Amino acid sequence: MAKVIEGLYYSESHEYVKIEGEYGYVGITDYAQDQLGNVVYVDMPEVDDEVTAGEEFGAVESVKAASDLISPVSGTVVEINEALEDAPELVNKDAFANWIMKVKLSDPSEVDALMDAAAYEASCH
Amino acid sequence: MNKTYYGKLIFELSKSGRTGYSLPESTMKNHSMDELPSALLREKPLGLPEVDELTVVRHYTNMSNNNFGVDTGFYPLGSCTMKYNPKINEEMAALKGFTNLHPAQCECTTQGALELYWEVQRTLSEIAGLSAFTLNPYAGAHGELTGLMVIRKYHEMRGDTARTKIIVPDSAHGTNPASAAVCGLQIVQVKSTADGTVDVEDLKPLLGDDIAGMMMTNPNTLGIFEKKIPEIARLVHECGGLMYYDGANLNPMLGVCRPGDMGFDVMHINLHKTFATPHGGGGPGSGPVGVRQGLEEYLPNPQVVKNSDGSFSIRTNENSLGSVSPLFGNYAVIVRAYAYLLSLGKENVPLAGKLSVLNANYIKECLKEYYKLPIDGLCKHEFVFDGLREEYGGDHHDAGHVTTLDVAKRLLDYGFHAPTIYFPLLFHEAMMIEPTETESKDTLDEFIEVMRTIALEARDHREMLKTAPHTTPVRRLDDVKAVKEPKFTYAAL
Repeated sequence: MAKVIEGLYYSESHEYVKIEGEYGYVGITDYAQDQLGNVVYVDMPEVDDEVTAGEEFGAVESVKAASDLISPVSGTVVEINEALEDAPELVNKDAFANWIMKVKLSDPSEVDALMDAAAYEASCH
Repeated sequence: MNKTYYGKLIFELSKSGRTGYSLPESTMKNHSMDELPSALLREKPLGLPEVDELTVVRHYTNMSNNNFGVDTGFYPLGSCTMKYNPKINEEMAALKGFTNLHPAQCECTTQGALELYWEVQRTLSEIAGLSAFTLNPYAGAHGELTGLMVIRKYHEMRGDTARTKIIVPDSAHGTNPASAAVCGLQIVQVKSTADGTVDVEDLKPLLGDDIAGMMMTNPNTLGIFEKKIPEIARLVHECGGLMYYDGANLNPMLGVCRPGDMGFDVMHINLHKTFATPHGGGGPGSGPVGVRQGLEEYLPNPQVVKNSDGSFSIRTNENSLGSVSPLFGNYAVIVRAYAYLLSLGKENVPLAGKLSVLNANYIKECLKEYYKLPIDGLCKHEFVFDGLREEYGGDHHDAGHVTTLDVAKRLLDYGFHAPTIYFPLLFHEAMMIEPTETESKDTLDEFIEVMRTIALEARDHREMLKTAPHTTPVRRLDDVKAVKEPKFTYAAL
């Protein structure tokens, strides 16, 4: 069964955000990578791009399907996980360790609208 | 010296110096290559295979035997309507009167060809319940784009330029949002209810004076008829938008009900699905677009019209959205569709739709004990299973469960084409089956038997499914490697 991690915030569209100070690390959940199957490409934003909660910030492509990535938070992209450019399969190996973008949050209270680990786990059944 | 030998790549059969021709003695013997400018000389050898004629014939004949098509076996590819293409269609399209036509010929010499074109426009209008059709678009997605351009043109001509959004259900074909994006429209997704149809309550707040229209497929991609279509059409029209009908699933509606009567304003038809013209690598396709009364003038140029004296003319309309193709689209495909329509006749067209529904429901009911049926009840021409049932190895809590991909691969061992898999995205293990009306009950029974056998194998011999296919010329392909390290040429191998 797909794993979830306590302390992260989760969206209905299967992204997570891990908060560290004024920054958030955004990626897709273990459940999402499992459903997608072998990930072959991650379309990431660029550093300095503005992202908005509830809006698309990229896409992840697997042998089964291409899925839009929906940002769970708003802010400015300060870093992307460049390792995914050459090795998108890292998302399958460990979706939580391999975040996709690091965002400087413009409104940290947005996470209140997201799910905690228990609520997310329940929503996947 | 058999299939294996001749089944190698043509380059592997090459023997240096071997030819399948003899040329007359050269009259340029006294000239040397050095006389040519060096910039025009090739630096590397051509690298063409050197083979004799018989090797070429055997190689390609053996290769052709590896093809799978609707002429070789059952092809239940959901959403594609892989019905049989009657051979009389080919005979008609091959008539010299059609094949020797030139598009720039004087109208006075092409009256028959124009009449056929006009008759197909008229027949499709009758079947669709719409006012006029253009046959110019080359394919389904091209038809979608053309239809959306008609919708944009309609708003533009009214000076209503703020309508930049189009509503698309979450179960739609991927071409819908793609065509809308190419047309410069912003896509707004509307959710489905538990029974897979459009959620009217979710739709209402999306409607407003920025909505250009809504794209729908009916029956939808789950094979379910959208019963609330009159209400949906009313809501969209009230907000000023137009209704677009994706004709991919027109087959079960044939002669039974009409998109125009359901409230649709614009639609496309796939002749290569519903009207039995070649499909799936055998194309080319054809995606005629129809419109209701009041939108005719926006259809693409050129248009074929019937004059009051009974003759036919080509005209261009100044309010048209422009041209979407050089001249008249894939004319020979249109001839095939016309031959199909005339062969069926008015009385048999509704039978095609009804039998496609009967066949789909028969398979669904016979297999639902083995495969998960997420939406119970009557389907139209196709239906979706969500993988194997738990008791047949489909339990997704089990890490090594048998997936839809495994079932699809195993079907190949039994000589059937796989259904559409992992679409629509509403279900994780989707398997979309569309038998079409052209299959006999014997074929359906054989397919059902094989699908049952596969379910039992999934339960009892899981490894056999995980490693399928076993009997095909190539075994399971590495999809990930194919995407990440594509090799497109012999030299790259």
